[in-house]
Amino acid sequence: MKLGRITGKVWATAKDPKLIGLTLYVMQPVDEYDAPLGPEIIAVDTVGSREGDLVYWVGGAEATFPMRERQIPSDATIVGLVDRLDIQADGMA
Amino acid sequence: MILCKVVGSIVSTVKHDAYRNQKILLVRPANPDGSVKGGTMVAVDTVGAGEGNFVLVASEGRAAMELLGFTARQPLRSVIIGIVDRVNYERAAH
Repeated sequence: MKLGRITGKVWATAKDPKLIGLTLYVMQPVDEYDAPLGPEIIAVDTVGSREGDLVYWVGGAEATFPMRERQIPSDATIVGLVDRLDIQADGMA
Repeated sequence: MILCKVVGSIVSTVKHDAYRNQKILLVRPANPDGSVKGGTMVAVDTVGAGEGNFVLVASEGRAAMELLGFTARQPLRSVIIGIVDRVNYERAAH
């Protein structure tokens, strides 16, 4: 899993039916100092996050498992909202 | 599995059920000599690791499922599975 900052929202009317009702966000993967890690990606939200939120997300096959009743065609799924990060002082070493 | 250094922790209230009652830590991939590299990752702790520890991280969902006792696949893949005491390592000469 990784951290991400939600930077925008995507509307897609024609999409796989398994994605209906799920929000798609533009997300910038970031490190613990909010510095970007690689390019922005599109992620499926499962926890009610909003634009500007710091979240953590899961990629790969596990991104398809957020719902009990069905798998979803996603390769990046937001699984939690960050309230606070506690970072060790010498973490940059 | 990869070597990582624990650099912090996440406080999170709203999260997927698979993460409920789990300790969620921030880790950075590390070289065998202890220096950190690469981008920060989020991992669930199963061994009582703390900040500053070198740890062994499995980042594949099936390992997470085994360790956390899930009966169905869950959207969780990175798990801290050990605290590293020492690495004997000599960088290969090029």
